[in-house]
Amino acid sequence: MAKVLVVTSGKGGVGKTTSTAALGAALAQGGKNVVLIDFDVGLRNLDLVMGAERRVVYDLINVVNGDAKLAQALIRDKRVPTLSLLPASQTRDKDALTDEGVSQVIEELKEKFDWIICDSPAGIERGATLAMRHADVAIVVTNPEVSSVRDSDRIIGLLDSKTVMAERGEQIEKHLLLTRYDAARAERGEMLNIEDVLEILSIPLLGIVPESEEVLRASNVGSPVTLANAASAPARAYFDAARRLNGETLDMTIPSDRKSLFGKLFGRRAA
Amino acid sequence: MNLISFFRRPNSTAPVARERLQILLAHERAVVGKSDLIAILQDEIVAVIAKHFPVEPEAIKVKMERGDAVSTLEVEVEIPTPMCVNLTLNTPKPNAATKPNAATKLNVVTQVAEKPAAEKPALGPVKPDAEQATPVELPAEADG
Repeated sequence: MAKVLVVTSGKGGVGKTTSTAALGAALAQGGKNVVLIDFDVGLRNLDLVMGAERRVVYDLINVVNGDAKLAQALIRDKRVPTLSLLPASQTRDKDALTDEGVSQVIEELKEKFDWIICDSPAGIERGATLAMRHADVAIVVTNPEVSSVRDSDRIIGLLDSKTVMAERGEQIEKHLLLTRYDAARAERGEMLNIEDVLEILSIPLLGIVPESEEVLRASNVGSPVTLANAASAPARAYFDAARRLNGETLDMTIPSDRKSLFGKLFGRRAA
Repeated sequence: MNLISFFRRPNSTAPVARERLQILLAHERAVVGKSDLIAILQDEIVAVIAKHFPVEPEAIKVKMERGDAVSTLEVEVEIPTPMCVNLTLNTPKPNAATKPNAATKLNVVTQVAEKPAAEKPALGPVKPDAEQATPVELPAEADG
């Protein structure tokens, strides 16, 4: 049965799009049929992070308005055939999205896909509320930093009140994805640690994605980090998170990139 | 820097961050969780005022401002001047009188105690401007 997942955070720049791409690719590599929907109307970026920016013809708004069929707007990934992307419109504004339109598109997607992953825009306005509205599962992407934690708390409140599930009196399944985590700084007391964030937000942990140069490297070339460098620390964190989404129980670890002695000595990558 | 401070861990700032967040969120969850409260108040106030004056819903502004010990609930109502000839509530007269076309503003500023325990005189109508204030006690953790 299809699951609708929203990747949200409130705050911008914490890694929603990166996480959507990485988790989507990880789930698709595991054999699931996955579609990623970009809800950031006017500021789309999922296409760019996925490396599909030159293949966008129709978008979510075109489908909602009936200008294009869903099949015409979906972009199938060239690397993982079970992964598709439904881009956002770059020219329209977020008011072009309607609840009924989004609901219809999601219902139609449910027939073809196992996972429908909605990449929410930052903020708590229309795009963000519509991205979460029809979700069964939510991933709250949080950085170990005060403003991100505060905004996540706000988003958790909205997930518990403004989603269709919440309005039916059901509990939406929520997971915390802690990104840009620096274990060494947390150890030194310079950064909120995992326990701090979990205690404050009190939702279950889906994964810890370490701060890593690999994330930028992957987005530079338009590839989810789980495809660009599957052995890298962030990729391993996303693979684990994807398996947890599929119901597996795994020990929680903070993957780290192994550095050469040279790299350790000079604090950066050799080569 | 002496040898001891060299080996001591640098100032940890994370505990400060955690404490600040815990205090802030404890408050925000109480207030923001009822974010509809202001909207509900606004609707109800519009309804009550509209019984007596033909006011536009937009002419009524409800604001909540948070202070350390006391928060303020401010209700500002704009009423077309000709309508308030028989208004017995005290209103800011001088301004309204000098501007012929100006609407009369009815300001109701109510102070709300942060903690139910702090039953301080600040609550009661003892402030100089409190004579035109109708104290409304907001239940501190209402509909919880």
